[in-house]
Amino acid sequence: MEIVVDKITKIYGRQKAVDNLSFRVRPGEILGFLGPNGAGKTTTMKAITCYLSPNSGDIKVGGISVWDNPYEIKKLIGYLPENNPLYQDMSVIDYLKFVAEIQGVPKTEVEGRISEMVRVCDLHGEKHKKIRELSKGYKQRVGLAQALINDPEVLILDEPTTGLDPNQIVEIRELIKTIGREKTVILSSHILAEVEATCDRILIINKGKIVADGTAGELRKQARGNEILKVRISGAERNKAFEEIKALPTVDWVDLPEDGTDLYEIHSKADNNSAKAIFDMCVNNGWFISELTPIETKLEDVFREVTKN
Amino acid sequence: MKQIWIITKRELQAIFDSLMAYIMIVVFLGFSGFFTWLYGSDVFLNNQADLGSFFGIAYWTLFFFIPALTMRQIAEEHKTGTLEMLLTKPISEWQVLWGKFLAILLLIGIALLMTTPYYITIWSLGHIDHGEVWSGYIGLLLFSGAYISIGIFASSITNNQIVAFLLSLFIGIFFHILFGMIASAFSGTLGEVFQYLSLSTHYDSITRGVVDSKDIIYFLTIIFLGIISAEAVLVKRSIN
Repeated sequence: MEIVVDKITKIYGRQKAVDNLSFRVRPGEILGFLGPNGAGKTTTMKAITCYLSPNSGDIKVGGISVWDNPYEIKKLIGYLPENNPLYQDMSVIDYLKFVAEIQGVPKTEVEGRISEMVRVCDLHGEKHKKIRELSKGYKQRVGLAQALINDPEVLILDEPTTGLDPNQIVEIRELIKTIGREKTVILSSHILAEVEATCDRILIINKGKIVADGTAGELRKQARGNEILKVRISGAERNKAFEEIKALPTVDWVDLPEDGTDLYEIHSKADNNSAKAIFDMCVNNGWFISELTPIETKLEDVFREVTKN
Repeated sequence: MKQIWIITKRELQAIFDSLMAYIMIVVFLGFSGFFTWLYGSDVFLNNQADLGSFFGIAYWTLFFFIPALTMRQIAEEHKTGTLEMLLTKPISEWQVLWGKFLAILLLIGIALLMTTPYYITIWSLGHIDHGEVWSGYIGLLLFSGAYISIGIFASSITNNQIVAFLLSLFIGIFFHILFGMIASAFSGTLGEVFQYLSLSTHYDSITRGVVDSKDIIYFLTIIFLGIISAEAVLVKRSIN
């Protein structure tokens, strides 16, 4: 089910939380929503789930506009709000039953869906406890279980892995990936590695506007610019090797290694690749390469670059 | 309707899971029993087999109890964020509000049901006007509905329960006594207008056994106005 966000603007007081934002999410796609605090991630998610109305613009979920039929849209969406609000005094089972009923799960299927959710979210030992008594990680699972209870076509998760331990994080990521094969998923996160591991596509927003959009690989390429290689050359005299590398036509500049490391940081010219030239040079001189590592731009760097003011 | 009932069920469950419901019922029965049978202008002093003194006492106890029950309804949901969870499900503000209204009304209904021993006892003491008793109970339910609705409205405009409690008492006191007082200070049309606005006028006439459509319309109007205003507040929240 496709989500189309079309030029939405949301103003709080005098501040534009979301500024003329447009994007699409295709069915079967997991979209990662990144951005610094206050960038408008949560506001956008609230607008898609019909909790907030944008000041202008339109959102369509599966072709239905939020202005025409929010009721139908809400039926299609499973939503885990930020801070995971739950009725603390209810038991896990009662809560899931309540949500299932309100989501319109047919009476005959309610029991089945609940036990399915208990299994998927691994809540078996906790299902009769009051939600208040659960640890944060288990509360988070209950939040996920309630979002998934009606097997929604669209899943919107606002920071789904907060409070989970590393094992649980991996499990939840796997779960989201499995769901994402058939359903449309939007998730927001502060953890870049998580977004990278889970999402097909990443959308970085800042001050209510999209500043980057693409797969993790594309974003890296976009930010990296020129190739950087770390090369360890053995059997060569330091200055000679340095001069030779500098003379290569594809090399822009190179850092002289510290004494005894033989580790050269080689920056290629734009759109050039130096690996072969370096290899040939070493062969010609009778040196050998004991290490060659391309320096990956980290997603953190991309993030910082596009969101800095 | 189904959605409203789901909310009502959950609300009642929450009320009965906590001690609140039991405390409310026990205190309500204690108060009304004490003043009906033992103290002040009680049944024996009046020397009449009617529930007039009970209805007079319930008029005051419920005035304080209802805000205590309604204060958390929306305020707490808003504070803990569960309102967001709720309103992103296929349910409207309207249904949530009526569901909560109905839950409190049912609780009051249960409390009133437990006063039937009073009715039966007095019945055994002398000749009782059954019509008057029934219309008295109807009056109590309508009156409770009006205050529940006011209370839910008060709870919807703040996320602080104490503020919600005080606010609903503040709004309530106008209907409860102030309009009546103002009415007695004016003569002519103005006096009549305030007399009509005063809740006690309508309550008294119903508990005397006169069920007039004018009174029923009065109570229903307050009930609907309260819920409509609360809905407007919730909808506005999503627009702002």
